Amino acid sequence: MNFSLDGKTYVIMGVANKRSIAWGIAKALHQVGAKLIFTYANERFEKPVRDLASTLEGQEASFYQCDVTNDEAIAETFKQIKQDIGIIHGVAHCIAFAQKEDLQGEFINTSRDGYLLAHNISAYSLVAVAREAESLMTEGGGIVTLTYLGGERVVQNYNVMGVAKASLDASMKYLANDLGRKNIRVNAISAGPIRTLSAKGVGDFNSILKDIEEKAPLRRTVTQDEVGSTAYYLLSDLSQGVTGEIIHVDSGYSILGLS
Amino acid sequence: MADTFERVKKIVIDRLDVEEDKVTLEASFKEDLEADSLDVVELIMELEDEFDTEIADEEAEKLATVGDAVQYIDSQA
Repeated sequence: MNFSLDGKTYVIMGVANKRSIAWGIAKALHQVGAKLIFTYANERFEKPVRDLASTLEGQEASFYQCDVTNDEAIAETFKQIKQDIGIIHGVAHCIAFAQKEDLQGEFINTSRDGYLLAHNISAYSLVAVAREAESLMTEGGGIVTLTYLGGERVVQNYNVMGVAKASLDASMKYLANDLGRKNIRVNAISAGPIRTLSAKGVGDFNSILKDIEEKAPLRRTVTQDEVGSTAYYLLSDLSQGVTGEIIHVDSGYSILGLS
Repeated sequence: MADTFERVKKIVIDRLDVEEDKVTLEASFKEDLEADSLDVVELIMELEDEFDTEIADEEAEKLATVGDAVQYIDSQA
């Protein structure tokens, strides 16, 4: 078995800053020799991503804008990647969005627009990306997305994002079935809460972290690097035979009942 | 207070990519320093790290200027 990702190329979507889980994944894949392609949603994120990537020693990363709300834009991004680089071996999809007002109070008050927006960016984007990435993954490979416990159970304030994560989880499984015959595996990582820019949008996030530190079996929160190494596992030959799976990297929190 | 201001200023310059002389106590993040809403959240997180403190959402919303942030941090010390 080959543990190195030397000669393999991965697309990392959704690095916003140094705290991003996507950045943890990028660092892990870089460490084992992968070539990295970063996509960013719009100009606002271009400089931060380029600055961060420049800290990866010996990495000759590529950068593309990709607005995942637009099918033509996604097609164009992957067409460009195909032209410039060619084959890819995997995609890390680390993209989600909901309006701030939908991440507090009661879920029942979610507007139609807010509901659709969250599902559009956070769940459908995986489907659209997988469809375009497939044609570049001619040697097989892995697609990994980031989900959260709030898609399986009710987590206060997570609200519409939880419902979108449930949709993402189901989409991941259907994609795993579609792409399996091409030797493309599709999996999700359900990370425990990490202090990222996105997480800060969830109401009263600091107290969620405290709850994990008190109750999770490991009595601590997880790091972006720990999610990164699980992503490495899922995107490499280490996980041959694993597809359609949700791996919880959450200090064990999800096994708890009443505590 | 002076020390807090210097530390806040350094973070603001670094995060928002602005000239040092623009970062005064009166400077507002959104208007004078042209921070978007994500910049503000990033700033708050950097301040939480730098001063090893927690800034609750409802407090963070009230911090409009550099001086507001300095004052809040000092009140927590």
